[in-house]
Amino acid sequence: MFGLFDTGFQAFYWGNLLMLVIGGVLIYLGISKKMEPLLLVPIGFGILLINLPLGGLMDYELQIANTGETTAKVISIEVEKDSRLGEDDVILVLDSGEVASPVPGRVKEVLVTPGQEVKPGEVMVVMLTATQTPLPTKPIGLLSRIFEYGIMWQIIPPLIFLCLGALTDFGPMLADPKTLLLGAAAQFGVYLAFFAALATGMFSIAEAASIGIIGGAEGPTTIFVTSMLSPHLIGATAIACYSYMALVPIIQPPIIRLLTTKKERAIYMKPQLREVSNREKIFFPIIASVIVVLFVPMSAPLIGMFMVGNLFAVSGVTERLTKTASTALIDVLTIFLTLAIGASMTAENFLQPKTLMVLVLGVVAFATATAAGVLMAKLMNVFAKEKINPMIGAAGVSAVPMAARVVQVMGQKENPRNFLLMHAMGPNVAGAIGAAIAGGVFLGMLG
Amino acid sequence: MARETIEVPITGKIVSVNVKVGDAVKEGDVICMLESMKMENPILAPVDGTITEVGVAVEQVVKPGEVIAVIEY
Repeated sequence: MFGLFDTGFQAFYWGNLLMLVIGGVLIYLGISKKMEPLLLVPIGFGILLINLPLGGLMDYELQIANTGETTAKVISIEVEKDSRLGEDDVILVLDSGEVASPVPGRVKEVLVTPGQEVKPGEVMVVMLTATQTPLPTKPIGLLSRIFEYGIMWQIIPPLIFLCLGALTDFGPMLADPKTLLLGAAAQFGVYLAFFAALATGMFSIAEAASIGIIGGAEGPTTIFVTSMLSPHLIGATAIACYSYMALVPIIQPPIIRLLTTKKERAIYMKPQLREVSNREKIFFPIIASVIVVLFVPMSAPLIGMFMVGNLFAVSGVTERLTKTASTALIDVLTIFLTLAIGASMTAENFLQPKTLMVLVLGVVAFATATAAGVLMAKLMNVFAKEKINPMIGAAGVSAVPMAARVVQVMGQKENPRNFLLMHAMGPNVAGAIGAAIAGGVFLGMLG
Repeated sequence: MARETIEVPITGKIVSVNVKVGDAVKEGDVICMLESMKMENPILAPVDGTITEVGVAVEQVVKPGEVIAVIEY
């Protein structure tokens, strides 16, 4: 029996090694540099686990059937149980032609013998693969089951939105509703990256939409949209989104400085905002859900969950639900989401030119979203009696609360009297809503 | 002498007070750290001057408008 024992070494190749390094870097950044540790540590470990071959954590069962319209005869079988297959490797030969492996993987079971007749649709070979494929597959590994039923069934990202809703205070936005415009303007980054992705000629429309939504700077939104439009890119878009959110303090300041004068950055805004009544806070999630979902129905899973979570927080009568959503539930969901996202990054899936381009376009999306928010704030100042500090427009990219924090720090540096945090939180949460709506628009057009 | 009152900008908790009465401060010096929205926010001196009053203490929960410190310059 020991002769049948397989170690992972035989299947290990340079791609796996490179992915182990990438996983290791993410874990290092999380632990040593404190960059989004709650996300990057489990994602990094997921990458590590899935690139140790034959662990089976991300395995899918794929049935190879006779796809012809007539009964065929098996001439020869080119594989046996546990044979490893590359893409397009011949599995068996029928009298109607060769049957090749659609994805890399290995043989789990051969169900036919030479000379046997197979009817149309009859399963001939069962394969195991860790590669994302649009072909009908059944997840059989721990993480592939979580990935399939949690992410591909679009359950975990909307539930995380529920938890984020419970953690969000719309007060600053309601106190100064014009900040909604800044959150909306920043979505320009989404559409610019979308068109830039299309212009490269490397991506389909659905893929370009998944890349554009990185500019929304909301992890669950990005994962939700990518899972519906181009699941094979989910690892790249999620990593781009979460990494750039962590890098917001590096990406945003040069763009803000480029587009504003020192005098504009020093514009003083009174720290206290208008007191928002509890009644306003309760009515907002209800009215916003009705309006947004009527206009953009496909945003319902994200906006609906976001707003119900927020209603829990502001209603004053569902404290237990708020407490669970904002602590235990979001932690549980984050563990499932991040491990499964990490595990989607097999070397075969991730090490492609497309991934690199997704990362480049992701920066473009973040940068243009920042620029659009700042420019919109400057435009508003042309018409406003009381000038706003244009830097708060940069917080419209979402990335709650990092972008607002960047504005706060820069604002204080330019003018120690300034305390822009609450002013920046308005466009910041508006950006989260804007990103979910932009995602809904893409899904409505392409889903 | 002119007086500048530094007020609490948002609700939060004081995690450190970095000055005491009589200290000379420069514009941009940290007066205290205010924890709010899970972030530690420095409150900075708006002018060069001398601290004549400190209105907050560590662990104190503060509301907008309350006096953090007064600087004479």
